Amino acid sequence: MSETILSVRNLRVVFPHRHGVLVPIDEISFDVKKGEIIGFVGESGAGKSMTGAAIIGLIDPPGYIERGEIWLKEERIDQLGISAANRIRGRRISMVFQDPLTSLNPLRTIGDQLVETILTHLPVSADEAKRKAIAGLEEVDIDPERFNAYPHEFSGGMRQRVVIALALSAEPELIIADEPTTALDVSVQAQVLELLKKLCREHGASVILITHDMGVIAETTDRVAVLYAGRLAEIGDTQTLLRDPQHPYTKGLIASTPSVEYGDISTELFQITGAMPRLDALPDGCAFHPRCGQALAHCATKRPHIERNRVACWLYNDV
Amino acid sequence: MLLIILRRLGQSVFVLFLVAFVSFMMFRYVGNPVDNLLGQEATVEQREALIEALGLNDPLHTQYLGFVTRALQFDFGNSYRGAQPVADMILERLPATLELALVSALFAMLFGVIAGVYTAIFRNGFSAHLIMSTSLIGVSLPTFLIGVLLIWLFAVELGWLPSFGRGETVQIGFWSTSLLTVSGLKSMVLPAITLGLYQMTLIMRLVRAEMLEILRQDFIRFARARGLPERVVYFGHALKNTLVPVITVAGLQLGSIVAFAIITETVFQWPGVGLMFINAVFFVDIPVMSAYLLLVGTLFVVINLIVDLLYLAIDPRIRDSQLKRQST
Repeated sequence: MSETILSVRNLRVVFPHRHGVLVPIDEISFDVKKGEIIGFVGESGAGKSMTGAAIIGLIDPPGYIERGEIWLKEERIDQLGISAANRIRGRRISMVFQDPLTSLNPLRTIGDQLVETILTHLPVSADEAKRKAIAGLEEVDIDPERFNAYPHEFSGGMRQRVVIALALSAEPELIIADEPTTALDVSVQAQVLELLKKLCREHGASVILITHDMGVIAETTDRVAVLYAGRLAEIGDTQTLLRDPQHPYTKGLIASTPSVEYGDISTELFQITGAMPRLDALPDGCAFHPRCGQALAHCATKRPHIERNRVACWLYNDV
Repeated sequence: MLLIILRRLGQSVFVLFLVAFVSFMMFRYVGNPVDNLLGQEATVEQREALIEALGLNDPLHTQYLGFVTRALQFDFGNSYRGAQPVADMILERLPATLELALVSALFAMLFGVIAGVYTAIFRNGFSAHLIMSTSLIGVSLPTFLIGVLLIWLFAVELGWLPSFGRGETVQIGFWSTSLLTVSGLKSMVLPAITLGLYQMTLIMRLVRAEMLEILRQDFIRFARARGLPERVVYFGHALKNTLVPVITVAGLQLGSIVAFAIITETVFQWPGVGLMFINAVFFVDIPVMSAYLLLVGTLFVVINLIVDLLYLAIDPRIRDSQLKRQST
């Protein structure tokens, strides 16, 4: 059993709101092991990105962590002040955002931004930082000649590679990749994912890969957590979970993922009827029950909790 | 790159010719120069002689060309009043106006940017709200009222600062400066604040709005997620991105600081070109007015040129799109 580098315990994030509070993340717990790639999957608004923001301490106000703990190895990191948090951000946990076109400062060269990040975190000289920056660019297959180029001179895929180089530049232990390929062309997506995977394996960094694409999950991750309305629906090894999904929502997600291998264009994709409830109108009990084909009577009144480290569903638990 | 600059320069020269044309038309056709110069009791011979001397019978384009040539040699003719060369009058008074404008522009930029950044960073803080509400005074009070209020408070009630004039000046070549004497600096304070207050609040509000917009951008989130200190995020990443619109407005405002120094100069009896212009209007002193118009026009053109070049220096995207346009 390898070492646990990140442990999130009963995380609850709330947003004060004119009529009470919204709870975008409710009682989520999970661990990330060293070197593993864990996927977070769910619809928009399920709390995937919010979980990433909570870990790195960048929840936009007025939101805040109301309950729960986040541990990075031996250190509790959910209550850090700004300067303590800055020693972790970029250095031990980094982030890759969705849109590479807007993730880089348009007025500064990519080399400048790399060197700046390295100098912020590592005790190296300016020359050494530049060497490291160039090495970082080479790792992501960007010509070091372009050290002094500005972001707008690169394509989207190249910019995302620069962003990955930036995220890796201070050798972090964990990378949170928030939909890193959603904004890219399909053909570039696979390249970028493969690169991210390869580099993280080489550097021994763990990855939290946030996506809404079950295909990406299947290709890339070791484990997967399915989120629904800010709650964890199911979590487990990717292989096991894809082969034998238990939560009706997970089943629906997998069935509604198009597969090219079908080769049968007449096959209609499965659809989960309805839409995820708004955060200000969550149903009682299991948040998924209004859309669930197998809902039991008490699904509407009692909230299920994760059992056997696997699934939060009354179908598998006794009341 | 050089080509872009040269092309900009060419455009500027073209605009200057247009300004010169308007200025010329004013000189030539607003009122009758001959009447203005000779008065009503002049004989026909005197009139004919003057018309000949001024070349008023020449075709229009010859006259215009003559006007431009003379203007290039700083010859704007004589003032109707006092028969002093207009160029000398301007040269004598321009330093006063430029110094005042420069000091108030620096004052406006410095405090405008600082206060703008401050109110953007601490946008929910008490002092940020206080600054924002106070800034409404700067935006809404007319210049002359601010000037009079400042005089009342600091010159009349407290007696700290002089209420009019430039104080002692020091002559350096043709340039007379009041920045090197204590009384000159003291005299500068009130007019500079009066003139710069509006621009300061404007720049502050602009910087604040731009900054708030930029701080919402992904690259700021990404900079934070990389653990860069707040200082670096604000000043290294956010501020520079707010500069393009701020420079545009600040540049135009510098132009209007000079152009509209008239009111401040009148309130403080500041011996600058604005005051000269007001007096010229009062006495329908056309050569002075047309020279002043040319001066202000030139100033705006030069400032715009500088602003355009600053864009190129700040934003690589603008630089590249210009280069691309150049090559097609």
